[in-house]
Amino acid sequence: MRQISTQTIIDAVKDSAIKANFELGEDVVRAFEDALKYEESAAGKDILGQLIENARIAREERIPMCQDTGLAIVFVELGQEVSIVDGDFKAALEEGIRQGYREGFLRKSVCHPFTRKNTGDNTPIIVHLDLVPGEKLKIWVVPKGGGSENMSQLFMLSPSAGWPGVKDNVVRTVLEAGPNPCPPTIVGVGIGGNFEQSALLAKKALLRTLGTPNPDPELDEMEGKLLKEINKTGIGPQGLGGRVTSLAVHVLMMPCHIASLPLAVNIQCHASRHLEIVL
Amino acid sequence: MEKVFHLQTPLSPEDIEPLRSGDRVMISGILYAARDAAHRRLLELIEAGKDLPIPIEGQMIYYVGPSPAPPGRVIGAAGPTTSYRMDPYTPKLLELGLKGMIGKGKRSKEVKDAIVKRGAIYMAAIGGAGALMARAVKEARVVAYEDLGPEAIRELKVENLPAIVVNDAVGNDLYLEGRKKYQTG
Repeated sequence: MRQISTQTIIDAVKDSAIKANFELGEDVVRAFEDALKYEESAAGKDILGQLIENARIAREERIPMCQDTGLAIVFVELGQEVSIVDGDFKAALEEGIRQGYREGFLRKSVCHPFTRKNTGDNTPIIVHLDLVPGEKLKIWVVPKGGGSENMSQLFMLSPSAGWPGVKDNVVRTVLEAGPNPCPPTIVGVGIGGNFEQSALLAKKALLRTLGTPNPDPELDEMEGKLLKEINKTGIGPQGLGGRVTSLAVHVLMMPCHIASLPLAVNIQCHASRHLEIVL
Repeated sequence: MEKVFHLQTPLSPEDIEPLRSGDRVMISGILYAARDAAHRRLLELIEAGKDLPIPIEGQMIYYVGPSPAPPGRVIGAAGPTTSYRMDPYTPKLLELGLKGMIGKGKRSKEVKDAIVKRGAIYMAAIGGAGALMARAVKEARVVAYEDLGPEAIRELKVENLPAIVVNDAVGNDLYLEGRKKYQTG
């Protein structure tokens, strides 16, 4: 059994929470640059240019790219040959987030659902844990903004709805969201599984590097078709009109119950933040 | 994308009258930063007939919950939050003389109607460009509801904060007009 100390986990999660909020992924900046080539609207081009500038300022001046530094989601793939020592694993993840949000001057954005009282340290966090073979520990720190999360939707479609039903509901979700989720967005789509699994697939789909093809050719083709339909809506950067409403659509799919066709659409704003740690 | 207007708060009817959806605006002066929880508290005070902790008449509210200021800075990131969540509270504030709002995203029919009725203006700043927007903020201090943390009401002194007019006082809506030009199929 390989041993990993909770202190190693706390430090890694802390550093990643800060880095994810200060440094927009190069893949996202590249996607802005590509979008500038095919955006026709003057306002849209202007906004894409300012988003590139915003990312530069955040990276150089060590401040968050967006004031909404997110609810902290942590995906974990824990190798079954790994033994976590020196304390509670989930508590270590949470402590890493707590320290990162404090030391990085990140906004604490978690509150009681009704009283709206802020918990003060951006906890609790949301953890998705997978046990996998091997002796590695992989952690993705994903600060997710509320504005785009609010525009996400889940549909329990009838199997007869098929691909046209999936397509219509994905496009409709983007259309109803309009300017609200800070377009240009990235659209995570989860098809199949069940109620909660489809949502998890949609969120996981957002972790893929922008500009990389879906490893499944069937899904890759679906992504291209969905992106084309979405960009016909004319919503454009910040909803002011334009060709680039979304930078990408990422799809994950798995089999489902013979009675069901679950579909989840998780909208990600352009401040797409996720960092992978391998311990 | 028409002219660029320079606005100084508080706003007069003459400041608002020429503004049309799509116009670019640079805002200077005092803005009040208030979002969800602060709006709820303001409306509770109004309903109870009590005094408000900030002036409303002629003022502009910026829907923002900034990230904390690191040492040596006046504010952290300070971009707009989504405006529709403030819709239930907005017509009442407009009735009390609020003249402008900066946020991002669509407003309800009730808010758009109230903007026309009261001669007010709604503008969008660039969502998600919090590092860039923070450059326009020269001073920031909490003036009410410190216990709300990022949702406390702050008085922000801004210089040339860039925004674009979305809903003007004659009923135009940039989100509807802008999209039409690029919608295909």
